[in-house]
Amino acid sequence: MQFRYLAPLMALATTTVVATSALAQQRTLVINTDTSDPAPKAAFEQLIADFEAANPDIKVEWNLFDHEGYKTAIRNFLSADAPDLANWYAGNRMAPFVNAGQFEDISDVWAENNLGETLASAEASMTIDGKQWGIPYTYYQWGIYYNKDVYEQVGVEVPGNWDEFVANCARFEEAGIDCLTTGTKALWPGAGIFDYINLRTNGYEFHMDLANGKIEWTDPRVREAFAQWARIVEPGYITDNHAAIDWQDAAALLVQGKAANYVMGNFAVATFKDGGMTDDTLGFMPFPEITPGVPRAEDAPTDTIHIPAGAKNKEDAKKFLAFLAQPDTQTRINEILGQLPVNNQSSVGDDPFLQQGFAMLSDAYALAQFFDRDAPAEMAKLGMEGFQEFMVRPENLDQILDRLEKARLRIYQ
Amino acid sequence: MPTAVVPPRSSNRSWWRQNQQWLTPWLFLAPGIAMFVLYVISPIFQSFWLSFYDWDGLGEATWVGTGNYIELFDDGAFYTSLWNNVLWLVLYMLAVPAGLGIAIFLNQTVRGIRLYKSLFFFPFVISQVVVGLMFSWFYAPNFGLFYKLIEWMTGTGVAILADPDLVTYGIIAAGLWPQIAYCMILYLTGLNNVSPDQIEAARLDGARGFRMLWYIILPQLRPATFIAVVVTVIGALRSFDLVSIMTDGGPFGSSRVLSFYMYEQALSEYGYRMGYGAAIAVILFMIMMVFISGFIWKMVRDEKEGY
Repeated sequence: MQFRYLAPLMALATTTVVATSALAQQRTLVINTDTSDPAPKAAFEQLIADFEAANPDIKVEWNLFDHEGYKTAIRNFLSADAPDLANWYAGNRMAPFVNAGQFEDISDVWAENNLGETLASAEASMTIDGKQWGIPYTYYQWGIYYNKDVYEQVGVEVPGNWDEFVANCARFEEAGIDCLTTGTKALWPGAGIFDYINLRTNGYEFHMDLANGKIEWTDPRVREAFAQWARIVEPGYITDNHAAIDWQDAAALLVQGKAANYVMGNFAVATFKDGGMTDDTLGFMPFPEITPGVPRAEDAPTDTIHIPAGAKNKEDAKKFLAFLAQPDTQTRINEILGQLPVNNQSSVGDDPFLQQGFAMLSDAYALAQFFDRDAPAEMAKLGMEGFQEFMVRPENLDQILDRLEKARLRIYQ
Repeated sequence: MPTAVVPPRSSNRSWWRQNQQWLTPWLFLAPGIAMFVLYVISPIFQSFWLSFYDWDGLGEATWVGTGNYIELFDDGAFYTSLWNNVLWLVLYMLAVPAGLGIAIFLNQTVRGIRLYKSLFFFPFVISQVVVGLMFSWFYAPNFGLFYKLIEWMTGTGVAILADPDLVTYGIIAAGLWPQIAYCMILYLTGLNNVSPDQIEAARLDGARGFRMLWYIILPQLRPATFIAVVVTVIGALRSFDLVSIMTDGGPFGSSRVLSFYMYEQALSEYGYRMGYGAAIAVILFMIMMVFISGFIWKMVRDEKEGY
């Protein structure tokens, strides 16, 4: 982490020295991000270059952090040495910083640029206490990615609802193929499965109320969701030993045809394709319906940029955010990211998975952020451990729910 | 004139002369004591203090009294971690006899023995992170060597790190590998100092094999045994890197130890409960104090007896 963090910093330090001596007139804007993977890094290079071209009097200083290290670093730099902008995530994930007064209220940027309309799908997840605290610039869909060859080999159709999905699983099992694969070593992939089963069984409002601690974990409706889940856990349709494998290893099982379905986010497409899958062999479907009539809500985690309360150049930071919210800016950076723009006037690249995702999210009833962003951090951690335990030891369900309920009473008091 | 300068200097000197006997050691110790107080003693008391607060590291800290401890003693995850710590302590002790065995085995004059010794010592030289990664691959489901071996022998593979009942044993086994090497090195140096005369005399008196080891060799290895036990106990109690690398405490928290649970609660991505983490740290400190005081007591006693 240190090296990844130091190298850009050193490069930055040298360029700043050169830049400041040559152009003393320029104002500087400092931005910290954790977009260190190749695609996000390229997207930010483009974004910053475009912004500087549009505002020649502003010089952007960009500090690039390693993804994991950033989660700790942001807590330090927000209070110690705040940049003018920092990236983070929507929903409950930003709540600790908003509540501690470390993010700036930017409702004025939203109002002036009419963002309530263009960024409508993400407004709810950016709003705390009736104010907006950041600008969402990208999101991606979750759903089921499947191996078309395996479906053909076993001779089953893409399921239209949960009963058909479960029936397919029995067929896959006979053929010695894992119906659903996952790798929960890092816990979060299991939360994707829970999110969807609960969203499809009980609906968006119930799911959000549960994440916000308004519903008991021992509620019969929660049990009903777990009962639906048990239909694929108890017969062993989920990959064995998923608790010891990473999500990439599970992706390999799908690529090799040892597994049929994978509940994942769209970022996994790159991994599937690196493994040799193509648009002809890799398929995508929204998670099938469980309770008929429940409006279809989706998981779409949103990445955001915020102004720290301690920023020195808030004027230009707001300019940057307004620029980031524009439809053409979002089109360009999301083309590089391979994700979906939040602005509904942006256009989407012609990748079939993005097209499908865009269509799916556009007419979704509502968007959830993902369990570890919708629920407070502590609850998320305990919940995800519970989901993992349930998938390994479904017979422990009562203990798991009691434990989560006990945690709920403490965390949300 | 030199004589004119003497009176003030001599009075200075006399103060110094009067006091230097007791002052000098303290002066030499002062930098060390200052660092020790700043970086070791004061954080201990800060942790005690912090464990009575509810604090997320960002906002206001609120006083909750013994709330964190009450919650801790009603927390299943805490007892899992505590039990795992006990397992670590007990099983890690195997490193001491195993290290002794290898040391005795290697303590002979054969061509190239230095090479064998360094090969046996190798696991201690490489980083714990590397040890952890190697063992995770060794245990990995579907392609790990150990998994394949079990599959070949019994028909079904066992993914140690995915099984809540076996995972801690799997990690301890990984930890024993470098720890045995450490104990071995301690015993090898100890064996160099075993007096040949005594062995000679014992041999004349007819001691062999186990009796020779138990009555003649081991008593002379007491200092080495003491150090080996101390480093093994401390190593077991602060086991963190292997747990973090191999399982991240999982599956569902069943391989957590106290130090890892403390880190998870106080500093990890989903944590930031500084007070609760501090409370765990205090408990861990108390457990360590039992052992540390025992060791110190023994050292002081030995010194008095003149070992």
